[in-house]
Amino acid sequence: MNNDSIYLPRAATIKNINRFTELENLFEITLDDGNPLGHKPGQFVEVSIMGIGEAPISVSSSPTQSQTFELCVRRVGNVTNAMHRLKKGDKVGIRGPFGIGFDTEFLKDKDILFICGGLGIVPLRSLINYVFEHRADYRKVTILYGCKAPHELLFTNEVTAWGQRKDTELHLTVDAVPEGEHWNYNVGVITTLIPKVDFDINTTYAVVCGPPIMYKFVIKSLKERDLPDDHIILSLERRMKCGVGKCGHCQINGIYVCQDGPVFNYTEIKDLQEAL
Amino acid sequence: MQEDKYADAAKHDKNKGGFGMKLVKKDDFLNFVNTLIKNDSRTVVGVKSKRNKFIYDTLNSADELRLEYDVTMLSPNKYFLPPTETLLRYDFTGKFSVQAVNEVTPLIIIGIHPYDLIAIEQMDKVFKDSNPDYNYIRKREASILIGTNIQNVSSYAFSGSMGAATTDRGFDLMLTNIGDKYAIEIGSIKGKNLIEKYAKVSEADNDTTREVQRIKTEIGSKFEKQLNFSSEELPKLLEENYDNELWEKNAQKCLSCGSCNFVCPTCYCFDVQDITELNLKTGERIRTWDGCLLEDFAKVATGENFRKDRAARYRHRFMRKGKYLYDKFGFIACIGCGRCASSCLPDIADPCKVFNSLKEVIE
Ligand SMILES: Cc1cc2nc3c(=O)[nH]c(=O)nc-3n(C[C@H](O)[C@H](O)[C@H](O)COP(=O)(O)OP(=O)(O)OC[C@H]3O[C@@H](n4cnc5c(N)ncnc54)[C@H](O)[C@@H]3O)c2cc1C
Ligand code: SF4
Ligand code: SF4
Ligand code: FES
Repeated sequence: MNNDSIYLPRAATIKNINRFTELENLFEITLDDGNPLGHKPGQFVEVSIMGIGEAPISVSSSPTQSQTFELCVRRVGNVTNAMHRLKKGDKVGIRGPFGIGFDTEFLKDKDILFICGGLGIVPLRSLINYVFEHRADYRKVTILYGCKAPHELLFTNEVTAWGQRKDTELHLTVDAVPEGEHWNYNVGVITTLIPKVDFDINTTYAVVCGPPIMYKFVIKSLKERDLPDDHIILSLERRMKCGVGKCGHCQINGIYVCQDGPVFNYTEIKDLQEAL
Repeated sequence: MQEDKYADAAKHDKNKGGFGMKLVKKDDFLNFVNTLIKNDSRTVVGVKSKRNKFIYDTLNSADELRLEYDVTMLSPNKYFLPPTETLLRYDFTGKFSVQAVNEVTPLIIIGIHPYDLIAIEQMDKVFKDSNPDYNYIRKREASILIGTNIQNVSSYAFSGSMGAATTDRGFDLMLTNIGDKYAIEIGSIKGKNLIEKYAKVSEADNDTTREVQRIKTEIGSKFEKQLNFSSEELPKLLEENYDNELWEKNAQKCLSCGSCNFVCPTCYCFDVQDITELNLKTGERIRTWDGCLLEDFAKVATGENFRKDRAARYRHRFMRKGKYLYDKFGFIACIGCGRCASSCLPDIADPCKVFNSLKEVIE
């Protein structure tokens, strides 16, 4: 009779683990009840490690891949470190998907400029792959992806493949190249890429995700190019304890990021001082 | 199936005391309470005194009831959203074994003041909203609420200005002290059944109904503390004063202790933690009260704190009470009980004072 609890996770099994870097792993997961997760690009799940806790993690795979889904997790604390200790076949709890994702219908027939900073690639990858799977529905695709250093680049094989597509423009950058590392692309923060790309402000929508500090600078650069406010779409991070609009932790002024976001149109949040 | 239960709870809220009024002699009322304690399967809780303060606690005898109290330390919401509550129980002996937990103790709560009944109504809305939270809803549905009109007003309270000095709904029964008797308004079928089963009552005549009405009208004017303007102006006032320097000025004294959150009947934020037993085989996921005034409330794992300044956290609480929750649910989430004011050491938490200062600054 208690199965209607909004806090009860569903059992799920880790099918595969791909070690990306020292800090990030990609987990391929399937729900034990056999159902597809049924997410939209940009939505997130609450991952439970019983005995440790729960953490909100974006779904990184495209919904077109429906039997399993992928989470890319950086280990920073209790839950995420515990996830990194898991092996293939181990169980995790999943609640969700939660939140409002990217509006794939609205973006149809538009030019999309993806701006991914660091771990921000994780939620955007879901949309990027979705767009590639429905390539004819979308127009010009430009991807800007920046990390602190070359060894922090995620999804390297996939990103390389994006760069080889004739229908896509890819620009990579790192803040700096430490000694002993190789890098053939741009060096500088992600905003240094923006003047290098050509886009039509009437048809282009920028989709942005990255660390909190990144948004202000990216928006400033986009505004310098006169991109209208409502052509900027952002995915935001906040502290979350429930994912279902109750615990209060994710609030930006009166907005609940877990319910009203994490994806926002810039016009919805630009006047909120706590947002960016 | 879930939908039905939801509808049932909603129905209860809509009952607007359409079940008439009875009279009970004070002695008979005490007998009624003692009979409930002895014979009813539900646990009977009520307002008692404890070291010069009043609290809600389990009643062992009707004599313990102190219906002339001014305000209790915590509101009865503590029974529906307890300070610590188990949400899940897990077991490491299986591969993935987790069960939802909902520990419901059916209660009869006696002596709730109208402002606290209104706060409960507000929380009903919050927890039934879009994602119904049955940990709250089931506890709430299993309870009977017996209200009492205010006899003594706390010097910190300003419920009169918040439209919360009296209420004509949200209770199963509502008592009004009229000399050697209580008038009992019946607010629901549950309340009606309880009276029929356990109480010795007589019909209230027109004089009694008028007397109750007079007493209710009078209560509003007994509050020494008043808002200097209509509470309906609050959402707009707060919106216009987001950048007022008062937040910074007052918050300089704030200890970030969270007391103002913890005593408030309309504060419901929580934290979630896993607690594993010493045997390392089983454990529980619990939720505990949390407060937006505490320093780490909005801090994320990478160290970013989205309300790092005391002033931002201090402002957030008032904004939430008077604007954010109003925008989302349509009510002002402050019922003027004054509990926050009386629990704040540096004396900066009083919404009445803060709201009046904001209004003054504008004029
Ligand atoms: C919508 C959304 C999507 C996300 N998507 C991803 C994703 O795809 N991949 C990903 O890797 N991450 C993602 N995150 C971030 C991820 O949720 C956090 O990194 C994760 O919650 C950390 O949990 P943890 O238990 O591992 O860390 P915790 O143990 O909670 O904390 C990590 C660090 O923060 C400190 N800390 C924790 N709590 C407190 C506190 N109360 N006060 C002070 N310090 C504290 C700890 O000391 C520690 O250093 C997302 C977040 C959101 C909101
Ligand atoms: S009770 Fe007073 S000191 Fe404590 S957090 Fe609230 S406003 Fe600050
Ligand atoms: S803000 Fe203060 S006065 Fe208002 S309901 Fe909460 S505790 Fe009572
Ligand atoms: S995460 Fe709990 S309210 Fe948004």
